[in-house]
Amino acid sequence: MLDIRNLHARIAEGREILKGIDLSVAAGEVHAIMGPNGSGKSTLAGVLAGRPGYEVSAGSVFYQGRDLLALAPDERARAGIFLAFQYPVEIPGVNNMYFLRAALNAVRRARGEAELDAGQFLKSVRAKLKLLEIEDDLLQRGVNVGFSGGEKKRNEIFQMAMLEPKLALLDETDSGLDIDALRLVAGGINKLRAPDRAIVLITHYQRLLDYVTPDRIHVLSEGRIVLSGDKSLAAELEKHGYAMLGDAA
Amino acid sequence: MTGNAQTIDTVRTLGEGYKYGFVTAIESESAPPGLSEETVHFIAAKKREPQWLLDWRLEAFRRWQAMENPHWARLRIAPIDYQAASYYSAPKQNEGPRSLDEVDPELLRTYEKLGIPLHERAALAGVAVDAVFDSVSVATTFKAKLAELGIIFCSFGEAVQAHPDLVRRYLGSVVPQGDNFFAALNSAVFSDGSFAYVPPGLRCPMELSTYFRINAAKSGQFERTLIICDKGSYVSYLEGCTAPQRDENQLHAAVVELIALEDAEIKYSTVQNWYPGDAEGRGGIYNFVTKRGACRGARSKISWTQVETGSAITWKYPSCILEGDDSVGAFYSVAITNNMQQADTGTKMIHIGRNTRSTILAKGISAGRGQNTYRGLVRIQPRADGARNYTQCDSLLIGDRCGAHTTPYIEVRNPGARVEHEATTSKISDDQMFYCLQRGLSREDALSLIVNGFCKEVLKELPMEFAVEAQKLLAVSLEGSVG
Repeated sequence: MLDIRNLHARIAEGREILKGIDLSVAAGEVHAIMGPNGSGKSTLAGVLAGRPGYEVSAGSVFYQGRDLLALAPDERARAGIFLAFQYPVEIPGVNNMYFLRAALNAVRRARGEAELDAGQFLKSVRAKLKLLEIEDDLLQRGVNVGFSGGEKKRNEIFQMAMLEPKLALLDETDSGLDIDALRLVAGGINKLRAPDRAIVLITHYQRLLDYVTPDRIHVLSEGRIVLSGDKSLAAELEKHGYAMLGDAA
Repeated sequence: MTGNAQTIDTVRTLGEGYKYGFVTAIESESAPPGLSEETVHFIAAKKREPQWLLDWRLEAFRRWQAMENPHWARLRIAPIDYQAASYYSAPKQNEGPRSLDEVDPELLRTYEKLGIPLHERAALAGVAVDAVFDSVSVATTFKAKLAELGIIFCSFGEAVQAHPDLVRRYLGSVVPQGDNFFAALNSAVFSDGSFAYVPPGLRCPMELSTYFRINAAKSGQFERTLIICDKGSYVSYLEGCTAPQRDENQLHAAVVELIALEDAEIKYSTVQNWYPGDAEGRGGIYNFVTKRGACRGARSKISWTQVETGSAITWKYPSCILEGDDSVGAFYSVAITNNMQQADTGTKMIHIGRNTRSTILAKGISAGRGQNTYRGLVRIQPRADGARNYTQCDSLLIGDRCGAHTTPYIEVRNPGARVEHEATTSKISDDQMFYCLQRGLSREDALSLIVNGFCKEVLKELPMEFAVEAQKLLAVSLEGSVG
């Protein structure tokens, strides 16, 4: 599904952040990428999604056999890559439902599927809401406008459920959530696990992993993956903190 | 390349967005170029106008001669040679067509191409149209049907002949001949336009509309619209405009006067899509328009809604004079400037009566090297106890070579008045754009979505059919510009 080889990237005309990332994620897997602040976690997510402001200086990324770095951000999205934003963006005046339907139909067109009309779309929305056990109070509001931190994150997971991506990158989706919101979001992620879908969780804290059990955990430090292991790695990190990286690196 | 630069590029490459730039090949009869008292006589004679109207025009011409082009707006206007233009151009026809069947088929085809079918069987349901082509009204639909109800809807020229008392009583009563340079020019040489009168207590059952088309080269369009809503009546009025793509600048100097008597309500909506000029700023319409409504009677209401996407230069301040106690004025505006377009637009709300209220909601969008100014005056007169105004001006910048300016004037002469003003300026951020792209939207769709969201509060004031058109138009107008 995703194959990253020796990836180097820097902030446009700035310092190098990623210094040789190697990572493979197969369909059906959930990988967690952990690491201290400034280790390059969000940069990795940004580079994969094509966020402007980064330059890839070396390495390659293949997604479903395609050269991912050659695709524009919207092409990547339509090819099935979804990024749940750490800081979801407000778009005033644009109804959340309208936005999502426009996005879904853009993705469906790219997949060669028929666009959904308002009725079909609404039906699909209802089904997903039920699946995720979330309220529909956000749907008629402007995109992320006036949402609380928790509502924004919940909305990201809802969008993910609607867009049915093949590769979901969740950038610190757990940050800033109280325990109830965290459970809700984690529950959503678990329900969206699927044999044909890969999920990459980027997180600073171990606590999300109490609810979502990853297949692999990678620890990022100073732009490199310095440790990889199964779910037991999380518990060790919890015990020793990122200070233990001193030995590993 | 940053997201912003890419966006700007996208908008640029979309280019060539103006869909109405064609010219109709039709034989027309024009006044020789130049402007003098003879020109005024020529037009009055062409229209077989009564002496009083000729005198009125001549008075306007005298005043105009003593006036100067206004320079206070934030606009760069190349000097205009008023002697170079022709002040009258009309499609050749033997007599004024009596019915739609007698209208030159070429003209009917033109309006069809513009999406305004004039045959009543094909016409937009619920909309009566007066079609003004260059200097004359060529057709008015549903005239007879409206007349059965007592509603007068016809060309201005026809109103002068058939309803001289109404015209004489109200013409110039809101915008006097010497009001300003362009209004004086219009008063001297106006050639046609639309006239509507809704009798007391009647709610006009269909939207009335005027569709303005400039076709002839080297001519201007100077039309006059006069709408009177008698006591307790209501009308919704729409105005649309387009012009061919030409390298020269053409002048459009219109005057619109609205009069609302006691408990009457007028809703006036404009989608202005005059040819904006090319990317380098060649050609395009100079849209120098005076629009003003008088809320004469108690509890009367006038609202102006405008979507200004076209014209090389827009100079326009649809205003309300709130004379009647408890009268209400509103101004909802979206103005877009792309490429080299300039707009200096806004409103004046003059509170005279007690408990008068006004709302101003202005959205300016600048892209390319466009310059967009909101200029507005809120004046509360001493007698206007309990007057209230709320003003909100929002500017959206796309790219980094355009400009947005806000120039509000507030004059309060009554200590009990409440006046609020809010202004914001924002830029379509890289973050907003990336968020949309990451959800699979194309750059163009994302821009259109963000801009429409920005304008939503204004667009919802437009009649339904217009709102859909306006949304599309916003996207087209920003082609070649994203940020």
